[in-house]
Amino acid sequence: MFGLDTKDTRLFFFVAVLVAFAPFLMNPFPTESGLAQFNGGYPDLMQRFVIFGIFAIGFNILFGLTGYLSFGHAAFLGTGSYAAVWMLKLLTINVIPAIVISTLVAGVMALAIGFISLRRSGIYFSILTLAFAQMAFALAASVLTPITGGETGLQTALNDPRILDFRAEGGNIPAPSLFGLEMRASYEWLVGGWSFTFNVGYYISGLFMLAALYVAIRIFRSPFGLMLKAIKTNQNRLNYTGVSTRPYTLTAFVISGMYAGLAGGLMAAMDPLAGAERMQWTASGEVVLMTILGGAGTLLGPILGAGFIKYFENIFSKINDSILHSWFSFLPEGLENVMVTILHPFVGKGWHLTLGILFMLVVIFLPGGLMEGMQRIGKMFSRKKKSDETDGKATVPAE
Amino acid sequence: MSNSNFTRRNMIKTGAVAGAGLAAPTLFSPVWAANHAGYTNAPQGGSVTLGFNVPQTGPYADEGADELRAYELAVEHLNGGGDGGMMGTFTVGGSASALTGSGILGKKVEYVTGDTQTKPDAARASAKSMIEKDGAIMITGGSSSGVAVAVQSLCQEAGIIFMAGLTHSNDTTGKDKKANGFRHFFNSYMSGAALAPILGANYGTNRKAYHLTADYNWGYTTEEAVRTSTEAIGWETVAAVKTPLAQTDFKDYVAPVLSSGADVLILNHYGGNMVNSLTSAVQFGLREAQANGQDFQIVVPLYSRLMAKGAGANVKGIFGSTNWHWSLQDEGSKAFVQSFGTKYGFPPSQAAHTVYCQTLLYAQAAEMAGTFNPCGIGQALEGLEFDGLGNGPTLYRAEDHQCFKDVLVVKGKENPTSEFDLLEIVEVTPAAQVTYDASIFGGDLGTCNPGA
Repeated sequence: MFGLDTKDTRLFFFVAVLVAFAPFLMNPFPTESGLAQFNGGYPDLMQRFVIFGIFAIGFNILFGLTGYLSFGHAAFLGTGSYAAVWMLKLLTINVIPAIVISTLVAGVMALAIGFISLRRSGIYFSILTLAFAQMAFALAASVLTPITGGETGLQTALNDPRILDFRAEGGNIPAPSLFGLEMRASYEWLVGGWSFTFNVGYYISGLFMLAALYVAIRIFRSPFGLMLKAIKTNQNRLNYTGVSTRPYTLTAFVISGMYAGLAGGLMAAMDPLAGAERMQWTASGEVVLMTILGGAGTLLGPILGAGFIKYFENIFSKINDSILHSWFSFLPEGLENVMVTILHPFVGKGWHLTLGILFMLVVIFLPGGLMEGMQRIGKMFSRKKKSDETDGKATVPAE
Repeated sequence: MSNSNFTRRNMIKTGAVAGAGLAAPTLFSPVWAANHAGYTNAPQGGSVTLGFNVPQTGPYADEGADELRAYELAVEHLNGGGDGGMMGTFTVGGSASALTGSGILGKKVEYVTGDTQTKPDAARASAKSMIEKDGAIMITGGSSSGVAVAVQSLCQEAGIIFMAGLTHSNDTTGKDKKANGFRHFFNSYMSGAALAPILGANYGTNRKAYHLTADYNWGYTTEEAVRTSTEAIGWETVAAVKTPLAQTDFKDYVAPVLSSGADVLILNHYGGNMVNSLTSAVQFGLREAQANGQDFQIVVPLYSRLMAKGAGANVKGIFGSTNWHWSLQDEGSKAFVQSFGTKYGFPPSQAAHTVYCQTLLYAQAAEMAGTFNPCGIGQALEGLEFDGLGNGPTLYRAEDHQCFKDVLVVKGKENPTSEFDLLEIVEVTPAAQVTYDASIFGGDLGTCNPGA
């Protein structure tokens, strides 16, 4: 269906079901229970899952297929955000123009940066993209302050022109919406001790992510995608056979820049603020981590990696000492304090440490990322039943 | 594309799925407005959750840690624990406050914490998770004006009260003021107005100033305010250079100061920035230098004890302004220093003081309004006159939600008697001298938003 083969269709529907039921899957614990701390099913985090999923899918088209490691992808994310907030300010509070323009602007910028950076490959390419991203960051944070709001960030204001909108009376800034359906509108469903939140912005981002995933699958399976894989395998051989690889890499770079721009635009559409730190090299590094953690070159991996990192950032960073104390309150006081002291460096502001350790473990024991882990588990179960049939397929990564 | 198969059957299948997808959002629409009490996160049951959003990492992490201590102390006091701190001295309109130690409106106070990382984006993500996940009814904190402005507008959109923590930019209650946001801390304008006469009296009126300014909204308004007020007493501004907030090495910025012809360096820096830039300036020998036939001087418009501690002996004799200092001898300050010191073993900083006050003020407003509805709380705080919170009689001005109170001009102590006794109060500038017209910074409060 949709021009996908059976396996890809299954994968696509698997992701679609995950996206549709995320409000349930992310909120497995009743709100009053102690484990509610680990619930991630609130709109902001779910939006981040899918938006960074788009970012990582796009990054993977470049890195996973061509092997070009861009260390400056955050620049496109930031540019997309700024473009989107400006559209929300100038044109209309409707998110459609913001999202479209942010994707296009990021694409144009990717074309310019890619045109120069792709003259080199390997580490030199990475350094060039990093340099461009840091330039973009410096511009946004300081030189272009009138356009970007500097370190304060760019926000919507009451007196924005919004030329396509009717001037609404009232003293509040309108929220980004899709033809009147506000992105922040949510419906909360209380069942027993559970509470599930269905958010408009999340589902709209989710639809965009599914579209992004669909396009990515088609690219992976197309002759163009095959060419990109050939570039990753042996670019010299391609050059010797007379194939000019640069148009292919540049196209992949622009597509992946547009994915980043789309993600940036969606971020601004969900929460109309764009800050310069979205462009910082740490943000570029984050998407590299997401892709490698999930499994570079696989279709599902980057989405998993994005979810994993965002979950840690938002859930583990909020566990403070008083929560730790409440967990171990059943222990005698001395032991309780010991446990809290042991765990303290790994939660709260120490979430980076926990993530670092997990990242290390994944890279050492599962070089293919979380996807490899899933495949190993999958193999463990499937081999018992029909070993003959799956043996041939098992060597092909389940992309 | 490798295997396109646009058959009729496939088109119909695709169409059906796409149609279902498009129809899905509208299925929910009739129940959008379902809500219980007419405002966001109305507390259910016997407790109410406050969100403490402070920098735990980044250049203002020290301030954030001290803020968190004060919040925990305030919650303890509101719930009837400890010695009650400033709850005993807090008076509103001449009579005792409504706070009795039984929580807020009879509900036990609980709290959640988050890390702003001193970045607007991260701060908003953290505040959003408090609102959406933890059901926080009020967000407070922040140690940077960039963060405060970003979180304040988020709270305005979400229909939550924002009680600003340590934010000193004019913008917070000026250009970017919001109906749901309130600030107890003083601002750049007040610093400039309080500092200029003291600087004139000590350093003369024939001075040339060189500004190093943190490159975000607080830096801009502080530079502006100090510039305007010092130029009014006859000083000249030679140059104003912006430095990135994340900068840790200021040698390159300090090096050209002496050769610029300036004889005063004004450091519009706060927290870790100020500690590093002042240290660089001292290393370059600026404090012993002579320029234009006068001793070279350094001024730090916004001072805090934590910064003085970080910069060590370098702060001796340097002028600045501060919102509050633990050595104040009024009843409120003494009670606060007493209970903070008992719990943590050292005196509180101005950041700790302002957030403690904000928490108490929020609780008082809720008691007065009889509801947690942001509009009711806003009404109660607007024009509120109170005393006993360490700054003398204070007014929460209705026009811009800014507190007006006395401003302290301080100086790094020459002979500190302890590791906390680093600043001495030079003058208490009366509130009347630093009051300005609410309209001079522009901006629009808008109307209060109670949320869905």
